[in-house]
Amino acid sequence: MNDLPCQTPTTLAPVTEPIIRFIDVHKWYGDFHVLKGIDLEVCRGERIVICGPSGSGKSTLIRCINRLEEHQRGKIIVDDTELTANIKNIEKIRTEVGMVFQHFNLFPHRTIIENLTLGPIQVRRVPRREAEETAMHYLDKVHIAEQARKFPGQLSGGQQQRVAIARSLCMKPKIMLFDEPTSALDPEMVKEVLDVMIGLAEEGMTMIVVSHEMGFARSVAHRVLFMDYGVIVEGAPPEEFFSNPQHERTKLFLSQILD
Amino acid sequence: MATLPPAPLPEHDHADAIRPPIVALGVIGWVRQNLFSSVLNSLLTLVILAAALRFLPPLIRWAFIDSHWFSTAAACRNDGGACWSVISANLRFIIFGFYPPDQQWRPLLAMALLIGLLLYSRERTRWKPALLYTWLVGLAVMGVLMRGGLPGLPGVESSQWSGLPLTFLLAVFGMVAAYPLGVVLALGRQSHMPVIRAMCVVYIELIRGVPLISLLFMSAILFPLFLPEGLTINKIIRAQAAIIMFTAAYIAEVVRGGLQAMPRGQYEAAQSLGLNYFQTMRHVILPQALKIVIPPTVGILISAFKDTSLVVIIALYDLLKTTQSTLSNPVWMGFSVEAYIFIALIYLVCCHAMSSYSRRLEREL
Repeated sequence: MNDLPCQTPTTLAPVTEPIIRFIDVHKWYGDFHVLKGIDLEVCRGERIVICGPSGSGKSTLIRCINRLEEHQRGKIIVDDTELTANIKNIEKIRTEVGMVFQHFNLFPHRTIIENLTLGPIQVRRVPRREAEETAMHYLDKVHIAEQARKFPGQLSGGQQQRVAIARSLCMKPKIMLFDEPTSALDPEMVKEVLDVMIGLAEEGMTMIVVSHEMGFARSVAHRVLFMDYGVIVEGAPPEEFFSNPQHERTKLFLSQILD
Repeated sequence: MATLPPAPLPEHDHADAIRPPIVALGVIGWVRQNLFSSVLNSLLTLVILAAALRFLPPLIRWAFIDSHWFSTAAACRNDGGACWSVISANLRFIIFGFYPPDQQWRPLLAMALLIGLLLYSRERTRWKPALLYTWLVGLAVMGVLMRGGLPGLPGVESSQWSGLPLTFLLAVFGMVAAYPLGVVLALGRQSHMPVIRAMCVVYIELIRGVPLISLLFMSAILFPLFLPEGLTINKIIRAQAAIIMFTAAYIAEVVRGGLQAMPRGQYEAAQSLGLNYFQTMRHVILPQALKIVIPPTVGILISAFKDTSLVVIIALYDLLKTTQSTLSNPVWMGFSVEAYIFIALIYLVCCHAMSSYSRRLEREL
């Protein structure tokens, strides 16, 4: 495997310790072996795009990082804390890891601003006024501040996904995970979401993105990983990954999605 | 083939909004559309009309024209109209039962307070912590009013509580306590902790497998046998506990349905923000799940309200039982239709208020 050491990804990423480490991680759903020995290190400020056919384990991989899925063997260490059954550790890690879902998963019974302030008020114990100021700041950043008092059902898919990103950002996370953030969107809305993500990347956020948006991968990622059958087949900086894939399966996959 | 030039745009290119076609119908149109829209409908309309003509006039005659309102029983027996006098003459006993007559302003005031609080609580904008405290104070005041024992308020044994106040007491406390207990049981049944889940499942299935009557019997007869010598628990409280336990089991199953209808993404989104179990339930899952199950929940609450009348079998004198006692008085024997219609109307008003309020709540939430 072609893991890049942490000091080199690009000039953008600072020289740091890895913030996420997977050490020989295995996971099964019943008898189905989803993750087969994942080794991966992600540095602070690094941006990784994971692609691969459906069922290859890429969503499961990132969902293990905030323990929405439990791994059964190996170690996952996030920001110097190992993920175990210890619920306190899990909740601490979840406050530091933001996640954006394919289907947005906004809370439909709360207004946009209430969606954004729930986490900070309940988990971080931020006073309401301050939480609302932060929320408005991030809503402004995703260009949707004027919708603050509406309910999620009144917004378009692209707007909802931008709200979901802002909701995660309100927790001031160190890492952002994106699980196919544009797959459920109408084509004309993909760009507005990707633009927000690019803006985030420019600020140096650590990002792991499961996506088939190869244009996004090319322009933003430090590294592109290709997964198939529960293993990371290969990983390389985008220019290398797209121009010179090493494995047959990668070549086949790229030829299918780049047409 | 030559391509056609593009069709000219309409004169106003942001097309004028067209008014919807006029569908107002007038009386005849309404009748046609609603009563005679098909052969079957026309037939049904005619049948119902004929039945109404046949049965309504005699009914109205019986209930309102030939009826007696404030007469003696003897006067009633002489002609065929309804004898509402059975109610007006016995109203005090039907409503207040054995409560000392000179003290009956107290249950009256307590009921007025209860109804006032219920009416006040209808507006969702008033659902604040202060309202909860108001209720606690209100319930305490009602308790003091009923029980007495203060200077100026002679004590009244709970065995003398009866009639409408008892029905309201059993119903309101039954519903108010059963609802949260049912929610807790539903959450317990979904728990990842096997012991808690098993306990909840056993409780729910046991209670649901037994009729309310047998629970009431157990509370009245069996349960005191297990208490240590000298300790007794008030019969009303025992019946109340049976009603609460019974209703809670049914509410638990309804709420579980609501919980299972919640998409997994809602749990995941809440968890990924770092919310713990209680925060997730309190702020994300329950507000949505409980809203989905308002209609079946209200169904259960309504039937719980009506089921309070089963306490007659353990000799508590609720509204139904005081009415029956009145009818067993030889003077008023034989006027049960009128008396039961009156009781039915009281139940109808209460149940209708509950269901129409639930519909409003569903719209607003």
